[in-house]
Amino acid sequence: MSKLLTITPSPHMHQGDSVNKIMYSVIFALLPALIWSFIVFGLSAVAVTLTAVVACIVIEWVIQKFLIKGEPTIKDGTAILTGILLAMNVPASLPIWIIFIGALVAIGVGKMSFGGLGQNVFNPALVGRVFLLISFPVQMTSWPNVSKTLVDATTQATPLAIVKEGIKNGTPISDLMAEIPKYTELLMGNMSGSVGEVSAILLLVGLVYMLLKKIITWHIPFTVLGTIFVFGGILWLVNPDQFVDPVFHLLTGGAMLGAIFMATDMVTSPMSKKGQIIFSIGIGLITVSIRTWGSYPEGISFAILIMNAFTPLINNYVKPKRFGETK
Amino acid sequence: MLKTFKIGGVHPAENKLSAHKAVEQLPLPKTATIMVAQHIGAPSKVIVQRGDEVKVGQIIAQSAGFVSTNIHSSVSGKVMKIDTVVDSSGYKKNAIVINVVGDEWDESIDRSTELVTDTDLDAKAITDKILAAGIVGLGGATFPTHVKLSPPPGMKAEVLLINGVECEPYLTADHRLMLEKGDELMVGTKILMKALNVNRAAIGIENNKPDAIKHLKELAKKYEGIEICPLKVQYPQGGEKQLIKAVIGREVPSGALPIAVGAVVNNVGTALATYEAIIKNKPLIERIVTVTGKSVANPSNFMVRIGTPTSQLIEAAGGLPDDTAKIISGGPMMGKAVSNIEVPVTKGTSGILIIKEEEGHRKPMQNCIRCGRCVSVCPMGLEPFLLMTLSEKNTWDKSEEERVMDCIECGSCSYTCPANRPLLDHIRYGKMTVGGIIRTRK
Amino acid sequence: MSASLIYTIITISSIGITAAVILYFTARKFYVYEDPRIDDVEEALPAANCGGCGFAGCRAFAEAIVKDNSLDNKFCPVGGNDTMKSVANIMGLVAEQKAPRTAVVRCNGTCEHRPKTNQFEGATTCAIMSMSYGGDTACSYGCLGCGDCTTVCDFDAIHMNPETGLPEVDDDKCVACGACVDACPKSLIELRKQMPKHRKIYISCRNEDKGGPAKKACSVACIGCGKCEKECKFEAITIANNLAFIDSDKCKLCRKCAPVCPTNAIQELNFPPRKVKPVVEETTKEA
Repeated sequence: MSKLLTITPSPHMHQGDSVNKIMYSVIFALLPALIWSFIVFGLSAVAVTLTAVVACIVIEWVIQKFLIKGEPTIKDGTAILTGILLAMNVPASLPIWIIFIGALVAIGVGKMSFGGLGQNVFNPALVGRVFLLISFPVQMTSWPNVSKTLVDATTQATPLAIVKEGIKNGTPISDLMAEIPKYTELLMGNMSGSVGEVSAILLLVGLVYMLLKKIITWHIPFTVLGTIFVFGGILWLVNPDQFVDPVFHLLTGGAMLGAIFMATDMVTSPMSKKGQIIFSIGIGLITVSIRTWGSYPEGISFAILIMNAFTPLINNYVKPKRFGETK
Repeated sequence: MLKTFKIGGVHPAENKLSAHKAVEQLPLPKTATIMVAQHIGAPSKVIVQRGDEVKVGQIIAQSAGFVSTNIHSSVSGKVMKIDTVVDSSGYKKNAIVINVVGDEWDESIDRSTELVTDTDLDAKAITDKILAAGIVGLGGATFPTHVKLSPPPGMKAEVLLINGVECEPYLTADHRLMLEKGDELMVGTKILMKALNVNRAAIGIENNKPDAIKHLKELAKKYEGIEICPLKVQYPQGGEKQLIKAVIGREVPSGALPIAVGAVVNNVGTALATYEAIIKNKPLIERIVTVTGKSVANPSNFMVRIGTPTSQLIEAAGGLPDDTAKIISGGPMMGKAVSNIEVPVTKGTSGILIIKEEEGHRKPMQNCIRCGRCVSVCPMGLEPFLLMTLSEKNTWDKSEEERVMDCIECGSCSYTCPANRPLLDHIRYGKMTVGGIIRTRK
Repeated sequence: MSASLIYTIITISSIGITAAVILYFTARKFYVYEDPRIDDVEEALPAANCGGCGFAGCRAFAEAIVKDNSLDNKFCPVGGNDTMKSVANIMGLVAEQKAPRTAVVRCNGTCEHRPKTNQFEGATTCAIMSMSYGGDTACSYGCLGCGDCTTVCDFDAIHMNPETGLPEVDDDKCVACGACVDACPKSLIELRKQMPKHRKIYISCRNEDKGGPAKKACSVACIGCGKCEKECKFEAITIANNLAFIDSDKCKLCRKCAPVCPTNAIQELNFPPRKVKPVVEETTKEA
């Protein structure tokens, strides 16, 4: 025989999934919500998203090529994903140069400084977002007004911000609720907010797609949302005048986006199912706490970043159930 | 709900291409190369010399210790040489090479096909005869069967499990055996039950073999104490510990043998070999081998004499396709890619699988993205990503703490890793090194 | 204003004093007596922490020397005789003089000499490859070429030559710590006595197969014919398991053995070129 036989240790089969496939599937799952936000916010959302994606790709390529001097990893799709997630987490009206800085921090500090794909401790998109939120608080909290799919020139506060401000001023919840859109509107995405967080229902479509494709399991998104619902519900039951009801918590802000796409980021979430549940409960509790008692109206980005920091610890102490182990 | 094991598991494409092909007798080879170490444990001691005339069924190498067994000549003829030959791994191992002349069987072997359903031997005599016949676990692990039938003092078997799972994709040898030799298998099981002094046996069969389940359920009515247990299709259900969990719901503790939970597991092939050894006096000289692969012209199941070269099997199944990348001895998940095509069939060869060029290569490795899939598919509840890292960094004490020795090398982690990381390669190395450290500590 | 300043100073100082007292008593309580010589010995060692002495780093080596109060079987290959002498001075002992050594790789199985018979895929470390397979050539004794020896070297002294696929030792950097010797699963690397001008003559093969298969697998394999053994006047060459071995402690570098080898398995390094012509002719005839 002319050709040499290949020898490899077992197994000799592979299920065929790859990092690239996973990443592109997640991007695909994000598309419905992203396209909806293009419709709602118009060209400015397209500009923000495109800038973020291109900036992420270019920055990763430059760092990989000139600083790390390794194989280019652009093709795996993670830079694109980070770019999209970053764009979805900022207001559509954000100036282009700010989003570029966000991308630089996200990829440069959040990802590549740890050694690239798989090595980062924190979700890169959230690192970029939180950096921008702290550095450019004004630009990062001026949301374009959304009134029936048309973007108004004036800015409008998000539902969460309205409620936060109202409670601080002592306005009763029932009065505040009149100011914000109805829940069905919130579900559909007729509210002001970051590019990607407006339409809860389309984010849920993405979730169903990812669950069906077995890219993620139910553990993280359901536990995060469940914890927010239960903890928010307990507070609401204690004093409905002081605290908003749990459905409001789920439908507003980045709860859906965070629970479905940010917390489930494989690199920064724990490996074992038990660990993932602990991680998710932590996110839920911190989110509601920040929203209720913190100075920011929205807290899921901080919650996820805080729990990201605990991930190595959780991985170290929460072990899967070993075979043959007696309880 | 069908029974199955609870932790981990994967479901690779089954590709049972030869499931409908009846077992054919493969012609005798011109020369038979019989390896001296065909089982786990001490290699047997060669008792023939160059130039000796041997008959089929004659002992040519004797058991050398408790965990060892006899090896018989599978052909008749003249011993050409006793020398080292290259085995599937490329290392040279001792073997007895016999030039085949005719097909003369030892007089004591009963070659009739008439079914005998009972034996008057007692448990001790059965175990001794199994050792004499050189029977080992035919599922692939090749652990000497008489050792399994002799529980250590203070332990008592309660149930005998017969492994008809055949969870490896492609392989159909056990499937055909259950269909074609159902009665012999049942009697073999009864004999093994007698040897173990148990009155309950269960044959575990995965649900992708409904004909075998139906056939054996019909037969089981005639044999008291044997139940047929259909199982949900999931890899690696054929693993001893997974099968016990699936069928009787008990978990073998870490580092312990199945006997610790009162179970003994034997392959269907082993049960058949037991029948032939006890009733027909026929030692283990041939076995069923599946020759298969997507590019193979004629995927088949052959009854093959031990020592037949692989090339002859491939020739009988339609020849070696041009775009062959790998030839695997065993199944695609746990089998071994052979380094040359002349490797002889041993007692543990359950299949010869030919893999095409396009499926035969590993994809380039990427960074671990911590997706945790290896953790969720590990049937032993281990963390393969961690064990690989520990292995790469040579931190053996931590590896041991993380139970690297529990790994059953099923390959589910490497199979499922989206970053194509060679998890099992490193874990296997860790297992070997830690095993060595544990042995020196004793 | 001044009152708060004073309070601050008092508070901070008292915290400082309390902490100092606690620290003092804890230090007394947990004080462990350590022989001061351990520090002295450690100071004398090269601080490479390579483990070449067989202990886990220089500190462990120093502790072992002081604990045993002897230098038997203890030698720092990196520092060599000079270091051991200063260690001996500290300890008041006499150091055993050892000839310095360097590593050689006993395989010459380049792609040309030793054709590949298989294509190996998998985790590319020699350890894993040798665990599952004999290698990707017909010689199951030779170099696997994955470079485990290069990754363990702390001194940047061994590198893979991309042309031959074999590791090469940098004699000036090698300190004979033995890390590569342990790392090589095929035991190809040997520490040999350092000769003047780094001259080396050794059997560049570990193949224990019989002559026929060995020659078939690799054109420069030692076939154990014994010609070199007969040629050697100093009894430095021995043959065992179809394989010759030159004892570097007995070898006088006469170079008589190399020309008689029918397979050119004897490697000569850093020698001036040969002048005698007839010998060369003889070699070609035999080969």
